[in-house]
Amino acid sequence: MAQRPVAIGRRSGYVAAALILALLGVPLLAIFLRAGGGVLPGPSDWAALRFTLTQASLSAVFSVVLALPVARALARRRFPGRRLMVALTGAPFILPVVVAVMGLLAIFGARGLLNGVAAHFGLGPWRIYGLHGVVLAHVFFNMPLAVRMILQGWQAIPSERFRLAAQLDLPPRQVFRLLEWPMLRQVLPGAMAAIFAICLASFAVALILGGGPRATTVELAIYQAFLFDFDLGRAAVLALMQTSLVAVAAILALLVTRMDGSGTGLDRALPRWDSPGGWRRLADGAGLALAGVFLIGPLLAVAVAGLSGLGDLPSGLWPAIGNSVVVSLLSALSTVVVALALSAAMSRVVQGIGLLPLALSPLVLGTGYFLILNPVIAPGRLALPVTVLVNTLMALPFSLRVLAPAYLRVEADFGRLADTLALRGLSRLRWLLLPRLRAPLGFAAGLAGALSMGDLGVITLFGSEDRQTLPLLMYRLMGAYRSEAAASCGLILMGLSFGIFWLFDRGGGKSHA
Amino acid sequence: MKHLGFVAGCLMATQAAAQTPVLNVYTYDSFVPEWGPGPAIEKAFEMECGCDVVFTAAGDGAALLSRLRLEGARSEADVVVGLDTSLMAQAKATGLFAETDVSAKYDLPVDWIDTTFVPYDWGYFAFVGNVGAKHPTSFKALAESDTTIVIEDPRSSTPGLGLLLWVKEVYGEEASEIWKGLANNIVTVTPGWSEAYGMFLDGEADMVLSYTTSPAYHIIAEDDSSKEAVAFDEGNYMQVEVAAKMANTDQPELADRFLAFLVSDAAQAVLPTTNWMYPAVMPVGGLAEGFKQIVEPEKALLMTPDQAEAVRSEALEEWRSALSQ
Repeated sequence: MAQRPVAIGRRSGYVAAALILALLGVPLLAIFLRAGGGVLPGPSDWAALRFTLTQASLSAVFSVVLALPVARALARRRFPGRRLMVALTGAPFILPVVVAVMGLLAIFGARGLLNGVAAHFGLGPWRIYGLHGVVLAHVFFNMPLAVRMILQGWQAIPSERFRLAAQLDLPPRQVFRLLEWPMLRQVLPGAMAAIFAICLASFAVALILGGGPRATTVELAIYQAFLFDFDLGRAAVLALMQTSLVAVAAILALLVTRMDGSGTGLDRALPRWDSPGGWRRLADGAGLALAGVFLIGPLLAVAVAGLSGLGDLPSGLWPAIGNSVVVSLLSALSTVVVALALSAAMSRVVQGIGLLPLALSPLVLGTGYFLILNPVIAPGRLALPVTVLVNTLMALPFSLRVLAPAYLRVEADFGRLADTLALRGLSRLRWLLLPRLRAPLGFAAGLAGALSMGDLGVITLFGSEDRQTLPLLMYRLMGAYRSEAAASCGLILMGLSFGIFWLFDRGGGKSHA
Repeated sequence: MKHLGFVAGCLMATQAAAQTPVLNVYTYDSFVPEWGPGPAIEKAFEMECGCDVVFTAAGDGAALLSRLRLEGARSEADVVVGLDTSLMAQAKATGLFAETDVSAKYDLPVDWIDTTFVPYDWGYFAFVGNVGAKHPTSFKALAESDTTIVIEDPRSSTPGLGLLLWVKEVYGEEASEIWKGLANNIVTVTPGWSEAYGMFLDGEADMVLSYTTSPAYHIIAEDDSSKEAVAFDEGNYMQVEVAAKMANTDQPELADRFLAFLVSDAAQAVLPTTNWMYPAVMPVGGLAEGFKQIVEPEKALLMTPDQAEAVRSEALEEWRSALSQ
């Protein structure tokens, strides 16, 4: 494999990896230089680290374990509305944090639907605040992502295998052992590592639903170092700690992941003849229904809350929408290009590097860029370009997780054929990779675009008068008592995020999803 | 020829623009939106100064100070609007701000002697709840009641820090005990004011830490008098918001004029119903009707900036450990 001429060339992958290391490392270095060295974290920071690790591990495990039956049911059942359900799994993940928390509280909060129903039966009240609330919220955010990653794995198993299994009348247990388990071994560690890393950097969700300073995460400690103490050295050391944790998680995931194609098929759509009936059918149905309600409930609550204020939106709405859409499209484009380049390296190390931005605090990253730019140009003038850059870095790990395994499979399954045909460089990209990778490319771009749309990002740090994005407008409305208008802004934001995601995902479409 | 004329026009326009001095005003985020005080103040000041006012917004007061410190001597800022009394000592220690002669006959509950920072509005921190509920009127009564509250984190928000200093100012050594008593009343702690207030409006808690002026917003802007703030027996802690001239400004005279404008009637009349705080100098037209319906605490509490700076780390540690048990 090592000697083969490859697609867009491994070199582009190494260049992209080096670029990412630089984009992450240089800002940290800039902060260290400015602070004149690091400052060791204090006892409260270590407590924050412990809490962060606990909640992130629990969140990752629960998200993936709960995603398994849902992904399996989606993979082996065909029913009306299935496509919509698959598309909806992208929604919670791309919601702006505050919007999602409000949606969750509308269902699980003190005045929420759940407690309302429970009160009818003389039960409750049930309190969401605590570690369980943090994990619940993180599962809401990330379980759908896990479903998507695992579902992709299922769909990558060639349909001939399942047909053969059906012909041999293999019981579900054997199908699992022979076909599904090897695939899961490939997909699960990566999914778990990714979600663990996302939850590491959680801050607002953890604090609000954690119920107080017990639920202090490292990210909040960074905020404290930066805002309360203005201790840049400590902020940088904490950021480094966070990134090292992601690095460890990425290494562990890569060590247990086995990377190989599951064999070549004729690449046809797969009706599943092996879908077991009986109680398994019922169980699949129940799992899908539960997951659907859990995911859609808070989204509906957000939508309903946003309707009443739609007539009362400020005139700054349209420019903000324009800015957000431009930032989102540019971020989607640049993320996919970089992710494709990284995938081309087909190296575990490069993939690991691609995961690193996951837990890098936007605050620290933004501060670093700020310090670098400040001697050259007033940083506020570059607010939008820097936002695109940071959004690209933040979305990259997700897009990479989607793209890299697919890339590897295409190369493993069709690479030799392409070599025989002397397909290289751009023509290999055009005739082999892009057509084969349409579905994951669309999904990856959709994720990146939607994430970027909903993210407040570094714009507050670089902010200036006229460069307002939609999330910023929403926060400003919230900060001015205008909660109805803010809720409407949230609804529009959700609609736009979802629209961008759907557009790309659908455009990549034609997969059997 | 037409083109030449166009080019010449452009050149002249840039020259004219170059001659108009620019005043860069750094402020917090909620100052600049179309519903905030920024646009009206900008328009009114530009009418009389023959200059161009450019706002740059950065988060809240603490983020604003952090940003100025990051930019250091290279900052383009001429004036900063939006620091407060709990940040003043830190701000002064940076040496980034210049003294000013601007002063006014302030209507503040405290004497103002500082010559660097110019106060432009102020308010009392208070717990806000729904009219009709029975609200405790002291920290001790609150701790003994089963009233639920949502508060802001002092590490990331101005009101949160205000509450921290409030409890410390009243109870000193006993502050830790008070926090332990409050622990089971606190539903949760949010990163900023917006999330806390939103949660209160959604019914997640009986009361929220905000300002005595919050109900005035609901009365004036929404014609809704269902919210009330509570004056505490121990007194209510104040927040005084201040502006200052940067030491490195290239427009020192213009900066002083802006500060003077900020405490003049034109700006002071705008602030109460855009920033929802009390004006530092009572405008000639007085306050809007809604402000007269809200509670006025009998006792105003405020630490000096040096005191606040001296106790805040210790107070934070007490808060953290009392609420982490």
